[in-house]
Amino acid sequence: MELLSNLALGFSVALSPYTLMLAVIGCFLGTVIGALPGLGPSNGVAILIPLAFTLGLDATSALVLMTSVYYGAMYGGRISSILLNIPGDEPALMTTLDGYPMAKAGRAGEALVLSGFASFVGAVLATVGLMLLAPLLSRIAYQFGPAEYFALYLLAFATLGGIASNNQAKAALASAIGLGIAMVGVDHTTGMPRLTGGNLHLFDGIDFLVAIVGLFAVAEVFVFIESHGKGSSIGVKLEKVTIPVRELLGGTWTMLRASLIGFIAGILPGAGASLGSFLAYMQEKSVQGPDAGFGTGNPKGVMAPEAGNNAAAGGALVPMLTLGVPGSGTTAVLLALLMTLNITPGPTLFTDNPDVVWGLIASLLIANFVLLALNVPLVRIFVKILSVPPWVLLPGVMMISFVGIYSLSGSYFDLLLMILFGVVGWLFRKLDIPTVPIILGILLGSHMESALRRAMVLSDGEWTYLFSSPIAIGLWIFAVAGFIAPMFLRNVLRKPQRITD
Amino acid sequence: MNTTFKALVAGAAFSLAGSAVMAAECIAPANPGGGWDFTCRQIGKILYDIGQVDSPVQVTNMAGGGGGLAFTHVVNERGDDADLIVAASQATATRLAQNAYAGMKADQVRFVGAIGADPGVIVVAADSPYGDLAALVDAIKADPGSVAFAGGSAVGGFDHMKPLMILKEAGFTDITKVKYIGVDGGADAITQTVGGFTQAMTGDMSEIVGFIKSGEVRALAVLTEERVPGFEDIPTAKEQGFDVVAVNWRGLYVPKNISDEDFEAWGAKLQAVADSDEWQAAMQANGLAPFTKVGGDFQSWVDGVIADTVELSKELGVIQ
Repeated sequence: MELLSNLALGFSVALSPYTLMLAVIGCFLGTVIGALPGLGPSNGVAILIPLAFTLGLDATSALVLMTSVYYGAMYGGRISSILLNIPGDEPALMTTLDGYPMAKAGRAGEALVLSGFASFVGAVLATVGLMLLAPLLSRIAYQFGPAEYFALYLLAFATLGGIASNNQAKAALASAIGLGIAMVGVDHTTGMPRLTGGNLHLFDGIDFLVAIVGLFAVAEVFVFIESHGKGSSIGVKLEKVTIPVRELLGGTWTMLRASLIGFIAGILPGAGASLGSFLAYMQEKSVQGPDAGFGTGNPKGVMAPEAGNNAAAGGALVPMLTLGVPGSGTTAVLLALLMTLNITPGPTLFTDNPDVVWGLIASLLIANFVLLALNVPLVRIFVKILSVPPWVLLPGVMMISFVGIYSLSGSYFDLLLMILFGVVGWLFRKLDIPTVPIILGILLGSHMESALRRAMVLSDGEWTYLFSSPIAIGLWIFAVAGFIAPMFLRNVLRKPQRITD
Repeated sequence: MNTTFKALVAGAAFSLAGSAVMAAECIAPANPGGGWDFTCRQIGKILYDIGQVDSPVQVTNMAGGGGGLAFTHVVNERGDDADLIVAASQATATRLAQNAYAGMKADQVRFVGAIGADPGVIVVAADSPYGDLAALVDAIKADPGSVAFAGGSAVGGFDHMKPLMILKEAGFTDITKVKYIGVDGGADAITQTVGGFTQAMTGDMSEIVGFIKSGEVRALAVLTEERVPGFEDIPTAKEQGFDVVAVNWRGLYVPKNISDEDFEAWGAKLQAVADSDEWQAAMQANGLAPFTKVGGDFQSWVDGVIADTVELSKELGVIQ
């Protein structure tokens, strides 16, 4: 009952024509930002924050606009993943694995509709989850100390071998490179610079967006130049958009499972949407078994990560609102926005500012319906933006990459670094080394390292501290199993698969 | 078409002319959204609103190297620009003291004033056995391994220094034995403390306000001269017998080679901002306590802070 009255309060705040207009504008901008390679939700929101201040918006309106952009970007990220094989943002990485093969097989429209719908399911379920569980789930963070975090990140890395390539050695090599890159910068535990060569630009470390844009967008352009446009992934056409009802209904459980996993991953501070989409994809792959053809254009391989990353986006709001601990890069930016608006997120936010919290939740629900409309029937508008000829699009990709990265730090050095990553990405593609683990290494490496070192400080270097709680032990077991199991399963399960082929 | 074009040209020419009349510029050495950005935007806005400057202050974000990039830029390229102010805080002083700006020194700029501060605090979980600061200090004296601190800054950072300053004041000199983990921000540090992974949290007042209200943590001490308005039930370290003041001040520095008149003028302008109702409201909204020092007064205070930090950092082994 209390929930309903709270929700009514929320809708009374969020349903004004003005806020609705902001939600629509935010959704549209967010989807465009998400769809354009390199501009992810975090820089999208970051870039648009000045807009909110220029318009002189009050706290609720600013929040509505920014969370619409946030969710919009989460939806939009899949469009370029599917059509261009370039993730629009970093959580959309997993969507490329099956989305792009589907597009190549002429099923781009289907992939977009399915993923759009999966995004909707994930996001709405997560919003409902946020509503019901936020007060309870805020306690989970108290169960995660350094040892538990270390085991959590280990789990992410251990299950890495199976996804990005069929060669675990190459995947391991790539993740080690990623971890190495994550070491660059001022060491947070001792305050000492590492691997910076005395270069002040490297003191803050290497921004993963620089690496992502370089490894994906810029490398793509290099491949295109080398092949004179032949064999490039750019140029998949969207023929017609139909709603594949059968696949949609068949994927109900996929979406529900993925939403749950994504939501939980989102709640864990620091894990965020990338881990959500990754875990959702991995579990769906293991549920469906190796016969399902994951990685070759399975619709479920598109639905799972999209439901997962959107659910994680909602989940990430839980620790941000209830603890003031952002669950992802974007929620960190949103947190900064809240603080500037004179709202201190924390355990008291729900009692101190109910209008803000419930207005936000109501507007999230509204935003998702707007986004469903924008991303399923009207998806062509966004595709148009991407379906210009390669010789126009590629300079455009380059330009947006440069502008997007420059807007991050205002530093030319990041641009050089981005080009360097582009060359590396191109080389690795020649050598058939997957680039996904590099990104995950950069993304999670520093968190994992600090977790380990904090654990060692707290325990005076006693390594058994890492196994000192049931949560940690459980995560370790899953991690070890996740690493070993694919090796056996691959041998056992490949043979029957070949026969059926 | 033609008129539009003319209007555009005229507009462009006008805006060029406008900026040529010297709008003051405030460099925030970080991305939008953080404390330095807040300092520039708030002070810039109030300077214009109360008529201390003729045109709006232009804010430039120059992130990198924890403020080092902006510092280098000011020293090397803007050394005599009298229309330039740069946001600074205790973090600037700490990093300068620890050579974190690639060998740049604090005396290469002039610190012109601080007009607000986030008071340092020491916090424990609500069910902690430590009832006051003395109990915590005694426990560490008896067994340094029994208490671990969590804070939002790196080892050697300001949050780490706060408990060390208290312990030194209490006569405990083996400061390298004190356990400290640097996590991602104050809220994270509180989470670790409430979760029981660390025994105490060291941070800023603004970071703990929500948690204090919800009753999940208890503040053992605030590191200011006087109790903080609005939080009168939190005792200062000083009244508990530990004479330590550690606040994260928010202020500005200016290039070194500007004239003394220009330096004093900026100090007077900052004083005017500090006295304005707008700034009082902004401070209250952002959990800042009054802390006003301008001009030469502030410069010598910063010099003192840096000297203290250098000494502590050497003992800690953070610098040679």
